[in-house]
Amino acid sequence: MNPSDHLAALQVVVLFLAAPIIVLLQARRLAWAATTLTSLLTFAIAIALTLGVLNGQDYQYFMGSWPAPFGIELRVDGFSAVLLLAITGASSAALLAGYHSLDQQIEAKRQPLFFAAWILALAGLAGIVISADAFNIFVFMEISSLASYVLVAGGPDKRALPAVFKYLIFGTIGATFYLIGVGLIYMMTGTLNLADMEVRIHDVADQSPVLVAAGFITVGLALKAALFPLHIWLPNSYTFAPHVVTVFLAACATKVSLYVLLRFDFFVFQQNLTGHELQFTFFFMPLAVFAILIASAVALFEKDLKRMLAWSSVAQIGYIVLGASIVSLAGLTASVLHVFNHAIAKGSLFLAVACLAMSFRGLRLNDIAGCAKAMPWTMGALVLAGLSLIGVPGTAGFISKWYLISAVLELGGGIAIFLTAVIVIGSLMAVVYIWRIVEHAYFRPAETEIVAREAPLGILSITWVVALANLYFGINPELPVTLSELAADALMGHIK
Amino acid sequence: MTIIASLVIPLIGAIGIILAGRVNANLRESVTLITAGALAWTVWSLLPEVLAGGRPAVSLTEIVPGIEIAFRVEPLGMLFAALASGLWIVNSIYSIGYMRGNKEKNQTRFYTFFAIALSAAMGIAFSANLFTLFLFYEVLTLSTYPLVSHKGDEKTVRSARIYLGVLLTTSIGLLLPAIIWTYVVAGTGDFTMGGILAGKVDGPEVGLLLGLFVFGVGKAAVMPVHRWLPAAMVAPTPVSALLHAVAVVKAGVFTITKVIVYIFGIDFLAESPSGDWLMYAAAFTIIAASIVALKQQNLKRLLAYSTIAQLSYVVMATAILKPLAEIGAAIHMVAHAFGKITLFFAAGAIYVASKKTELHQLRGIGRRMPWTMAAFTIGALSMIGVPPTGGFVSKWYILAGAFEADNYVAIATIIASTVLNAAYFLPIIYFAWFEPEQPGTDNDHGEAPLFAVLALTITAALTIGFFLFNATALELGRQLVSP
Repeated sequence: MNPSDHLAALQVVVLFLAAPIIVLLQARRLAWAATTLTSLLTFAIAIALTLGVLNGQDYQYFMGSWPAPFGIELRVDGFSAVLLLAITGASSAALLAGYHSLDQQIEAKRQPLFFAAWILALAGLAGIVISADAFNIFVFMEISSLASYVLVAGGPDKRALPAVFKYLIFGTIGATFYLIGVGLIYMMTGTLNLADMEVRIHDVADQSPVLVAAGFITVGLALKAALFPLHIWLPNSYTFAPHVVTVFLAACATKVSLYVLLRFDFFVFQQNLTGHELQFTFFFMPLAVFAILIASAVALFEKDLKRMLAWSSVAQIGYIVLGASIVSLAGLTASVLHVFNHAIAKGSLFLAVACLAMSFRGLRLNDIAGCAKAMPWTMGALVLAGLSLIGVPGTAGFISKWYLISAVLELGGGIAIFLTAVIVIGSLMAVVYIWRIVEHAYFRPAETEIVAREAPLGILSITWVVALANLYFGINPELPVTLSELAADALMGHIK
Repeated sequence: MTIIASLVIPLIGAIGIILAGRVNANLRESVTLITAGALAWTVWSLLPEVLAGGRPAVSLTEIVPGIEIAFRVEPLGMLFAALASGLWIVNSIYSIGYMRGNKEKNQTRFYTFFAIALSAAMGIAFSANLFTLFLFYEVLTLSTYPLVSHKGDEKTVRSARIYLGVLLTTSIGLLLPAIIWTYVVAGTGDFTMGGILAGKVDGPEVGLLLGLFVFGVGKAAVMPVHRWLPAAMVAPTPVSALLHAVAVVKAGVFTITKVIVYIFGIDFLAESPSGDWLMYAAAFTIIAASIVALKQQNLKRLLAYSTIAQLSYVVMATAILKPLAEIGAAIHMVAHAFGKITLFFAAGAIYVASKKTELHQLRGIGRRMPWTMAAFTIGALSMIGVPPTGGFVSKWYILAGAFEADNYVAIATIIASTVLNAAYFLPIIYFAWFEPEQPGTDNDHGEAPLFAVLALTITAALTIGFFLFNATALELGRQLVSP
């Protein structure tokens, strides 16, 4: 048998094998190296899977060769590929940056355990994406959640503890809701395999339990995805987590829940519930609009750099949901595309913040005043990533804005104008909050004598690699666009 | 190839400036001058082919199907690029005199971003579609921000914030939706002779789309999106001269003209009553900005408001929608550029020599700075439109177009604005030459540095020269409306 047949399974199995080994490694540098290598290996697997998907391959894998619906099915298509790239890429970049950054925040003897938790979080997130089975998704979701609570609480900042407690409560509620929904559907259909569910749910005479299930699953996942107004766990968790953990989670964690949400909804509910398409739109569109407007507005007045960017993430989730809520090919393409592009933009922003944190204890805007003189390269990367977040042409962020506005305009009429205005106002608010950072960094005189030096070369170079990816995918967005179109095709293919 | 070269040369120059800046200032300035010369030579080498009817084109990359980064040299873009690249040489000479005379800091950064801005201006000039244009439009905005905020003090940063805020807000908020709307309805954004929107939008949508374009192009400074231009006057004067009298603002009116001619199409827009408002908006801007200019006490701010009015001349001329007026619009870009850059050069020269910025300080200054004030006088006469200056030629064509269209509002506006122009420029000239100096003020100064005087003499000569030698510009203008 060809090893490439097992790629889909290897994506997760490698990680579960690595986790116990890393716990045993006592030297922190060794643990770091093992974790990073494992993460890079999964990144390579994700790239291989993506290339396969681009060549028209549809990865369907049955664990132990037990066919679905009896065995466990794994599935990788264009949509999964986008997520896998984002997850493994973000993890690898964050770990590479962590070589310098983590020593400041995590004691040496706790580092191996921390890295093991990291690997488990990664395994959980990747597992969610490749599972084609509702219950396995739940299992992986729990693995990733528990591990990420540990990661967020791992830093020296005691304020992380209440933040993570909130995160835990909300995460558990979300997962429980999801499980209740899955249970209801299992009760009605007798299956947990998503593809099988799609077929069997046709025959369910009484729709009400399915409707209730849809409600539970949607709300539960929206909670985990930090969709406004269920986002309140997010800002503090991102703010007080160790910097590279923020890089990792901000780039992909909430998006994985959105992925499950869209999968579930389009595969199982859209065609089987009468009028579901409209319900979906009416439920999500207003929330997306509020997310964009309110979260951006909060970011405007935020003084802490990390919390500002965390609020910006809440707004960006709004864009992703807005695209999906249109329920059209163009809308879903824009939505998936933004998952990818926002992962790069926010990833590089938080990486630049991690660079700043090498020299600055506090990360309030006043703390970093005048830092650009001392750290020109860090600020250069931050500005570049910020431009991508705003959506300036030539950057990746612009491509997703372009697709999103095109999709919205296709709707026509007053709603098109209204939604365009919302997107545009959101972007303009991004201009303002990014520019507040720029002005503080470049023009404010430092309040105290700055002793900052430019960040070490290692963390700086990885920051720049990701920042330049913003430019690359802004000029040559073929890869994410193709994958997004595949994803949108697959999702819309389930609506008849 | 030549097209790509004209974008890349300034960028290479920018890198050269950074490297040379570490060695010494003379080398750095040489790199700037050589880059400017090479750029002008490259751009001007395209001219014979375009005049002969050729439209060199190159496609760089297709971002997504239907949306590509592509360039195509058409008459208006040729005119704009030739103008901006030619004046960059003169402006660089002037910059050397000004920046050294003023002992400005961070000169390497200044010259670097100047070169990047020029590259962006070339990109705008040669863009073959709306997407490419927008790309370079934003690069121009961002690359001029460090130039405007050059001084870095509280007041400058606040003004620079207005500058960036207005330009980014309008471009992302209005221009981008307009462009995407165009792509969605027309399936393309290529600049095409005769327009691409005929039959694709109708009724009030035409006016709305036109509004998104006109106010989205904040660089054209049609009221009420003009606030950034006076704010940008905190920049060093060479920036005000080349960028905020030529490259940036002309990029704005250039974009509007291009959109009206190649996206809407003159005939289509003439048939759409909902687009009529543009003419009135431009006319209002001309009058209102001139009245505001009357009340200014600061020389550079007066020039800024004069620029706002003059830019709307181009917009109004375009909006008359007659071939003669379009030609007038095209050559007014050139005529105004020569005149206004001279005026800014003069204002900067006065500042370098005497640190004077306010109008009342200028009494009798003509005797101390005869070259500077002579050039200023020529520039001012061109603004008013007195022969033998370039401003007369373009006004002639715009008026001819207005008569052709029986557009009496436009004619009245031009007459009124001529009077207003005279009302705010002639007193300055009169006081400078014929009034005695105010005693007690610090008047112990002579002419500005040689480089500055040299530059403003050249542009003053160009202002007069354009009255006589305008055949090339006219031909390019003619090709704009009838290939």
